[in-house]
Amino acid sequence: MTHQDTTQQQQAAWAEEAVVEHDAGTGYPTHATPGSEHTGREQLVLERIERARRARPRVREKLITLAHGAGGKATQSLIEAIFLDAFRNPLLEPLEDAASVTAGNARLAFTTDSYVVSPLFFPGGNIGDLAVNGTVNDLAVSGARPAHLSAGFILEEGFPVEDLRRIVASMAAAAAAAGVSIVTGDTKVVQRGKGDGCYINTAGVGLITGGLKLGVATARPGDVVIVSGPVGDHGITVLLERGELDLDAELVSDTAPVHELVHGLLEAVGPDVRAMRDATRGGVATILNEVATAAGVAVVVDEESVPVRPEVRGACELLGIDPLYVACEGRIVAIVDPGAADAAVAALQAHPLGAGATAVGRVAEDPPGLVLLKTGFGGTRIIDLLVGDPLPRIC
Amino acid sequence: MRFVDEYRDAEKARALAAKIAAMCEPGRHYKFMEVCGGHTHTIYKHGLEDYLPESISLVHGPGCPVCVLPMGRVDDAIALAEQPDVIMTSFGDMMRVPGGRGSFFDSSAAGTDIRMVYSPLDALKIARQNPDKHVIFMAIGMETTTPSTAMTVLRAAAEGIENFSIFCNHVMIVPAIKAILDSPDLRLDGFIGPGHVSTVIGCRPYEYIPAEYGKPIVTAGFEPLDILQSVYMLLQQLAEGRCEVENQYARVVPWDGNTVALRAVAEVMELRPYFEWRGLGFISHSALQVREKYAAFDAERHFRLPGVRVADPKACQCGEVLKGVLKPWECKVFGTACTPEMPIGTCMVSSEGACAAYYNFGRFSRQRIREISIESSRA
Repeated sequence: MTHQDTTQQQQAAWAEEAVVEHDAGTGYPTHATPGSEHTGREQLVLERIERARRARPRVREKLITLAHGAGGKATQSLIEAIFLDAFRNPLLEPLEDAASVTAGNARLAFTTDSYVVSPLFFPGGNIGDLAVNGTVNDLAVSGARPAHLSAGFILEEGFPVEDLRRIVASMAAAAAAAGVSIVTGDTKVVQRGKGDGCYINTAGVGLITGGLKLGVATARPGDVVIVSGPVGDHGITVLLERGELDLDAELVSDTAPVHELVHGLLEAVGPDVRAMRDATRGGVATILNEVATAAGVAVVVDEESVPVRPEVRGACELLGIDPLYVACEGRIVAIVDPGAADAAVAALQAHPLGAGATAVGRVAEDPPGLVLLKTGFGGTRIIDLLVGDPLPRIC
Repeated sequence: MRFVDEYRDAEKARALAAKIAAMCEPGRHYKFMEVCGGHTHTIYKHGLEDYLPESISLVHGPGCPVCVLPMGRVDDAIALAEQPDVIMTSFGDMMRVPGGRGSFFDSSAAGTDIRMVYSPLDALKIARQNPDKHVIFMAIGMETTTPSTAMTVLRAAAEGIENFSIFCNHVMIVPAIKAILDSPDLRLDGFIGPGHVSTVIGCRPYEYIPAEYGKPIVTAGFEPLDILQSVYMLLQQLAEGRCEVENQYARVVPWDGNTVALRAVAEVMELRPYFEWRGLGFISHSALQVREKYAAFDAERHFRLPGVRVADPKACQCGEVLKGVLKPWECKVFGTACTPEMPIGTCMVSSEGACAAYYNFGRFSRQRIREISIESSRA
């Protein structure tokens, strides 16, 4: 028997408020009439939406949700409306992977990242090498030679020392491979149940040599978008390792330091590189949206040229996830002048980590701020920033 | 990838598109409704509209189970999650659906134990692992997911599991299609019939559509070529003056459905006298509830629900969108007050919702893109 009372009715107060607030903010002159199909009116609506999207982001939620950590729209709002608002300064404002600071005559790249991946150990790596490679990569794609790292550990009471040893050994090996030293650190222990075994934070500095001005805002129409290899390996590997899906695949995480790969690219075509990013949380799609927004350009991606391993594609099909949003931990996205595109791909391919490098799309003028995908089927669609988090705690 | 790539072949699509264009009567405008949200998703995800002539418009129907769940039922579900020692389990697309006072995500952030599962059997597993808790499965969906819920209840009964129940919100597509056919503000030329639902119920239940309403319907698969072919089959019926139920998805859909699945559903569930659909209002005999025999597994009998109806916000036009009367972008809050990150209407939540599909995948002017690509090919 249903207890539903059909006479009593409430209002959803939050929804009414959201509507009122938006009416005040952007206004809405016309009321939709059923059935009208004038493309001109659709264009007006599209423009209105773009205005709404450019409006200053706000965090409406009263509590933090998992979506705030997903790297998509909610993360962006949180960063811009809470952190950037409070800390605002010219070094932070570009919101690049690493800040570019000067010390004496030296230009340094400075970055930090926290790691909460679950499970801690997965095929191809563990939280330790992930924490080193992630920070090394943020420095490398900022055009810096990674130099020194810090390591902060938050451990849970009861965490096996043997596991910690394995993690730390991987960190040491990863640091050696990347030519960086871990020079300072911190340890905290929280009560059982207040953490999940082990969280790691790393920060890093690197030296920026040469006069490169990298940044996603410098992308221009005509530029070519290159990825350094198959996308989504890390995210799908971690997801399958959790064992919740009863799926198996011969996959390993792509976690790796990309500093040499980047070095090779910059040696070959340095002045023609506009921007580089490592495609972690939020995947390639999130980076391309940052390019489109920051530079006020369109990015057009050709779905068929995006390299995706069959195992990753299969898992994504089953789960209804787009591989373009899945995290990588050793792949870079580079925006390169069209004249240097072939040389850039060749330079990446010369390094083992870039063997699968390929051009996947180009920057266009119109429509600004949007990433468009030419689908394998031959149609066109948008690739937007992700809403919600299909894969929490992937890195 | 086998069984996928052959249904996404661009060359075949171009050939089919040419046949479709040739089949259209000059000067005539065609309106076909794809009933199922899965089709809406495919259409936008693959950019299928690029292949259709302007004289064909696809109208998005009510077949997105998350979209049609009224706000009051979400509030009821959250009230269940707030009961002491309850673990609520739910499919992922339910997590962000807003009720009168927020979504599962908000409730989880506020301290309730709500877990995402991929199958009701996973919820049963959680019940086995947590004998001191009561585990509720938020059962939503049309005929596609109903059998798995029913089978889970049967499994729980067979195993004698006492700390498991379902909050049953299963609805049925046929009464909803009937409600749309009876609605005066929409004139359709035919239906692209739901594929997944039909794997369970078969094609027979649609026979009243051509018989009583004179509209053709083609049950379709979920790959883009499936949908293009269904459009072609509909045009063919109209051109030849036929009006019948056809099965494009015969590789999966048996004409008489899946009798094993239907028997399991009939064993566990029975018709509700009426049920509220978001945007469509109360539709009689359009939903299922747990039979008395399985009362032990019915959360509605275990707990007292608030059962308060929550009115859709006045500005929200989900009802018109679900009936196909308005295109998503014609809703007055589309993309401004109502966005995927802050959805007011359910159509903006699920990946199968027409508004979410349009916002996430189709929010650009196709005409303008065509002009641009023609210009660049000249350059």
